Amino acid sequence: MLETDVCIIGAGPVGLFAVFELGLLRLKAYVMDTLPVVGGQLAEIYPRKPIYDIPGYPSILAGDLIDRLMEQIAPFQPGFGLGQKVVGLEAVEGGRWKVQSENGEVVLAGAVVIAGGLGCFEPRKPDLPGLAALEGRGVTYMIRDPEVFRGRRVVLAGGGDSALDWTLQLSEIAGDLTLVHRNSSFRGAPESAARVQALADAGRLRLLTSTALVSLEANAAGNLSSVTVQTQGQPAWSLEADDLIPLYGLTPQLGPIADWGMVLEASAIQVQTDNFQTSVPGIFAIGDINTYPGKLKLILSGFHEAALMAHGAYRHIHGGAKPSFKYTTVTGVNGL
Amino acid sequence: MQEVQITVIDVCGTVKELVFPTRLGLSLMEALKSAGYPLEAVCGGMALCATCRVEWQEGAVSEPNEAELDMLDTLPDQQPASRLSCQIRLESLTDGQAILRLNPTKF
Ligand SMILES: Cc1cc2nc3c(=O)[nH]c(=O)nc-3n(C[C@H](O)[C@H](O)[C@H](O)COP(=O)(O)OP(=O)(O)OC[C@H]3O[C@@H](n4cnc5c(N)ncnc54)[C@H](O)[C@@H]3O)c2cc1C
Ligand code: FES
Repeated sequence: MLETDVCIIGAGPVGLFAVFELGLLRLKAYVMDTLPVVGGQLAEIYPRKPIYDIPGYPSILAGDLIDRLMEQIAPFQPGFGLGQKVVGLEAVEGGRWKVQSENGEVVLAGAVVIAGGLGCFEPRKPDLPGLAALEGRGVTYMIRDPEVFRGRRVVLAGGGDSALDWTLQLSEIAGDLTLVHRNSSFRGAPESAARVQALADAGRLRLLTSTALVSLEANAAGNLSSVTVQTQGQPAWSLEADDLIPLYGLTPQLGPIADWGMVLEASAIQVQTDNFQTSVPGIFAIGDINTYPGKLKLILSGFHEAALMAHGAYRHIHGGAKPSFKYTTVTGVNGL
Repeated sequence: MQEVQITVIDVCGTVKELVFPTRLGLSLMEALKSAGYPLEAVCGGMALCATCRVEWQEGAVSEPNEAELDMLDTLPDQQPASRLSCQIRLESLTDGQAILRLNPTKF
């Protein structure tokens, strides 16, 4: 079990900057995110778009802002639990909090900061009967280690860049590979699309365009055994498969945050604006996930909230003691 | 044209007729939100999230742009009639009317 002063749920820009503000008050942070990378919406939705309303930067690419934040918080050596979806939050003795991820990682913290943005980024799923029952039994949405597919019969579905990239990677590894795409052509990176086409022409993989997933079949053990597909204007047929990997991108879903007992208002967590504490003492909420009169869902506002939250978290952890307020120009940035 | 008339079929099947002025330069997403429909429009109208998707039923409308086609192409359940309402300007409804269905999928 990991122990830390503050556990931050969400590694978007606001969760990351919270590490800095907590660090200035000598509080150590551990940051968890369901995504395998930091950056939240900026990494997942718009990494290559310029942002124009970050003070001091007339224009900065979203991806670059995340790099700068990582550089800025590095002196405080935060811990990171990436690829960890937080599902449980409960009070334990000593006024501490136990934060638990779906994979069983447990963090013990004196205060918890929810910086969950619009919610957990979750895969978009195709609408197929029986899909849920086969998740983890042949159906996977994220490829962590491509080696697990070595020699297996894999069906990938999707037409975006990640579907093309993974098709190229898995063509070296899978025993039998099929890419299913609903449309007749690919709109993603033209070089990748051309390479996939070339591999298909060479018989190294099966490329099924204008083709829809129709249904899934399981064997007696309850594992995926085949995928039924239908190409436009042709009868449906079944393709034997060990794995189906739908790659249709990610989208945020509020998820478990709604079950943690804090007062919500239209899917956002109500907070008080002097310290951004929720209705539960010791749990704070900052960034897009919170709401209060006048709330603006801006990165700028989230940064402000992080500063006030850090002072609130300090008081909570130190039995009401007020942290001393100093400028960074006076103190510098002293790592933890 | 000063106004457009839009018939909206929501996810429960309830049909409503709405009239919007075109002079404000609104997108259909903004118009639907202002009428109280719970579109998330996570990306604020940049064709990057598809949480503003609608299924077009009737009415002349501008063709989708590249950004819209790219986004629609990534969805698992794109229909031929799927559109991103944030990419449709009200003034591009050249018949002055349209019928559309809100998409029940929560993206
Ligand atoms: C296209 C687009 C353009 C934008 N342009 C601007 C702009 O110009 N200026 C501006 O100020 N803002 C802009 N925004 C808004 C800005 O991106 C958000 O305000 C900002 O991302 C909020 O940061 P956050 O850290 O609160 O949340 P997010 O960036 O949403 O990050 C939250 C993170 O928490 C994780 N998470 C949630 N729940 C859990 C859980 N249970 N377990 C583990 N992890 C969890 C999520 O996976 C996610 O990575 C834009 C947004 C979009 C989509
Ligand atoms: S609002 Fe995001 S795609 Fe339309």
